[in-house]
Amino acid sequence: MATATFKIWRGDAKGGDYDDYQTEVSEGMVVLDAVHQIQAEKAHDLAVRWNCKAGKCGSCSAEVNGMPKLMCMTRLSDINLDEPVTIQPVKAFPVIKDLVCDVSWNFRAKKKIKPLKPRKPDAADGTWRMAQEDVDRVQEFRKCIECFLCQDVCHVLRDHDLHEQFIGPRLFVYTAALEMHPLDEEDRTGDLAGEFGVGYCNITKCCTKVCPEDITITDNAIIPLKERVVDTHYDPIRMLVRKLRGG
Amino acid sequence: MAEYQTQEHDVVVIGAGGAGLRAAIEAASAGCSVALVCKSLLGKAHTVMAEGGVAASLANVDERDNWRVHFSDTMRGGQYLNNWRMAELHAQQAPDRVRELEKWGALFDRTKDGSILQRNFGGHRYPRLAHVGDRTGLEMIRTLQDHGIHQGIDVFMEFTVVTLLKSGDRVVGALAYDRERGYFHEFRAKAVIMATGGIGKAFRITSNSWEYTGDGHALAYDAGAELVDMEFVQFHPTGMVWPPSVRGILVTEGVRGDGGVLRNSEGRRFMFDDIPDLYKEQTADSPEEGWRYVQGDKAARRPPELLTRDHVARCIMREVKEGRGSPHGGVFLDIAWIKEKISNAEEHIKKKLPSMYHQFKKLADIDITKEPMEVGPTTHYVMGGVRVDADTQMTTVPGLFAAGECAGGLHGANRLGGNSLSDLLVFGKLAGEYAAAFAKENGAAEAPAEQIDAAIANSLAPFDAGDASAEAAYAVQHDLQDTMQDLVGIVRVEHELKEAIERLGKLRERARKVRVDGHRQYNPGWHGALDLENMLVISEAVARSALDRNESRGAHTRNDFPDKSEACAKVNTVVRKGADGAMEVQQRPIAEMRSDLQAIIEEMK
Repeated sequence: MATATFKIWRGDAKGGDYDDYQTEVSEGMVVLDAVHQIQAEKAHDLAVRWNCKAGKCGSCSAEVNGMPKLMCMTRLSDINLDEPVTIQPVKAFPVIKDLVCDVSWNFRAKKKIKPLKPRKPDAADGTWRMAQEDVDRVQEFRKCIECFLCQDVCHVLRDHDLHEQFIGPRLFVYTAALEMHPLDEEDRTGDLAGEFGVGYCNITKCCTKVCPEDITITDNAIIPLKERVVDTHYDPIRMLVRKLRGG
Repeated sequence: MAEYQTQEHDVVVIGAGGAGLRAAIEAASAGCSVALVCKSLLGKAHTVMAEGGVAASLANVDERDNWRVHFSDTMRGGQYLNNWRMAELHAQQAPDRVRELEKWGALFDRTKDGSILQRNFGGHRYPRLAHVGDRTGLEMIRTLQDHGIHQGIDVFMEFTVVTLLKSGDRVVGALAYDRERGYFHEFRAKAVIMATGGIGKAFRITSNSWEYTGDGHALAYDAGAELVDMEFVQFHPTGMVWPPSVRGILVTEGVRGDGGVLRNSEGRRFMFDDIPDLYKEQTADSPEEGWRYVQGDKAARRPPELLTRDHVARCIMREVKEGRGSPHGGVFLDIAWIKEKISNAEEHIKKKLPSMYHQFKKLADIDITKEPMEVGPTTHYVMGGVRVDADTQMTTVPGLFAAGECAGGLHGANRLGGNSLSDLLVFGKLAGEYAAAFAKENGAAEAPAEQIDAAIANSLAPFDAGDASAEAAYAVQHDLQDTMQDLVGIVRVEHELKEAIERLGKLRERARKVRVDGHRQYNPGWHGALDLENMLVISEAVARSALDRNESRGAHTRNDFPDKSEACAKVNTVVRKGADGAMEVQQRPIAEMRSDLQAIIEEMK
């Protein structure tokens, strides 16, 4: 069996460095398997977050050779093992320990987004009727597994650290799912233009490229949200109405 | 004296999968202050992995369906060991719980007239599973999560509960440690709800993640609660078998519900070879009839691939054992064959089973629209759990409630696919409701400080135990998994079960001595050491219960007792901690079924 070297970042909020680990690799292994093997063999306290190991829970996000990836879906056969494989925590969030980051900001920011406000039920028994096409449009967004890789690559968060003025691609996808939900009657455009900071996105599409669920984040979620903001807030007639109403 | 912080709430919910979230929402809506304590991040619990759907007799696809049929299907699937009152409540309330999710934002696939679409699944007489492609669990947990965060619930992510706290006979809280920092927290509560899920990690091949170490079962047991039906562990017939690193990952039953067939190495659909008497009337007698069934022909009967999971798993084992398996020790599951029947098969498969397509393509280089998958049984679910009152979900310990997979009773000897998602909604809600009522009727109480100090000392012991040469928890866990897989697996026999119990005793000795490196912050080595205690308790409970049931029924197969026994049909196996600390096993007679429910069973035969 072949042996490969993994350079894994070890440390905490105070700092850290890469440690080299060698382990045997076998057919079909993914990066997370290698990390687990190293953990069991030698680095017993190596911190890594994971759950499903099947690309469904979005827990094991990390940067593998500099690329934001789910470790459980990154196969070693797709990586050049002649060179050491570098594994480091995602960059857009503060490190807790080793490969684990504090992603709690995402959960706090999500709470600021107004929840679903469903229209009155369509039938007397309190149920709704929805067409499959209408449901399909939103189901793309609801595939999101909250791995936060899109948040990690977004330069507004990663490089400019504007976490307080911008909710990031994941939460735009969430907002889009609500805004385009067939039953929803809430209006979030004011928040989008204001504290959610949709205007900061300059459509570089980095988020779309890293999405493990292949959600077309920029084109299908963010751009339509930007258009909604423009339609409501920069429409001359509506601006006039708002002015007259003193809004 | 140990250091810890104290949090006070009316109700503390442990576990944030579907049952925990639903319970927390209900308790909060009753006006209680609620803490939701979860081992991982919110939204990552195993519910997220559920694929096929949630069973509820909405009758949107087949108007003949109603709660009575669902009730009788559930009882038949459980071989009548189920708590019939739970099965009744479950069948009656599931439709409302599903419709309620829609109000909170869930978007299920639709029928032509815009109602919730339902699909076929093993053991369900009519198409009954509301679903979203093959990612129903994600839709459900996200809906509950996104609704729940606006209900004033305090969520404590990445907190692991190490013990329940008691004042006299009553449970009055839990002691947890916060993994991100390593600090201890006392959660004081008037009522505690266990919703910790399953025990799959006690086996080598499992669809479960690292979290499923039987915490709720073991903590409740230690607090004096009874466990019931622990011999019944569901081995899902279709897990991935190749490559080795993905062995055990689930392949949804939805593949078979949408026309997928099982074949052996000779190309034979072996499921036609052995159809149990209980299901003869309901099962197709030709591949052609089976195909008509999955296409929605109401006159046709189910293909044998949709027999209950226990039976399908055993048939697969038989094929492998008799040398007709696939190259890597499984059998073939083929959905690609439907291209002989429909013109847009590739597109259809990708639409109905997107995450299966993705999973096989990414992890095994298999295109399921073109070639068959290799599958074999994987430890998936435990039917057994903490024994609860059917109406209130309270355990035998006052103040302690349980719901979802960690509670026992609903599923009897075998769970039908789709009944777990409905289980956690129905009983999550009831647990939340009655825990809130209990909290209102009973004042605050707290555990003596010595109890907390002792628990903290016990949790920290692995840092001091063992010398530098002692082994870490990983090796012990690994050997425990081998023991359970090899000796307490799908097919059991007395001498192996006895050997397992003996080996578990030795593993307990090793577990006491494991070494922990590093410090308390986010230390999986330490966490693993703490998990071992729970895993040993539930493993022993499974092995002892299995040894006590001298028959083969549902998910429990004994080589030395291959048939069902009439005497065993009348009892549940109950496990509890004896006064001397040793595990006691009892056979408890099943209460006689109410006559109106009996009449339903007769009518549906």
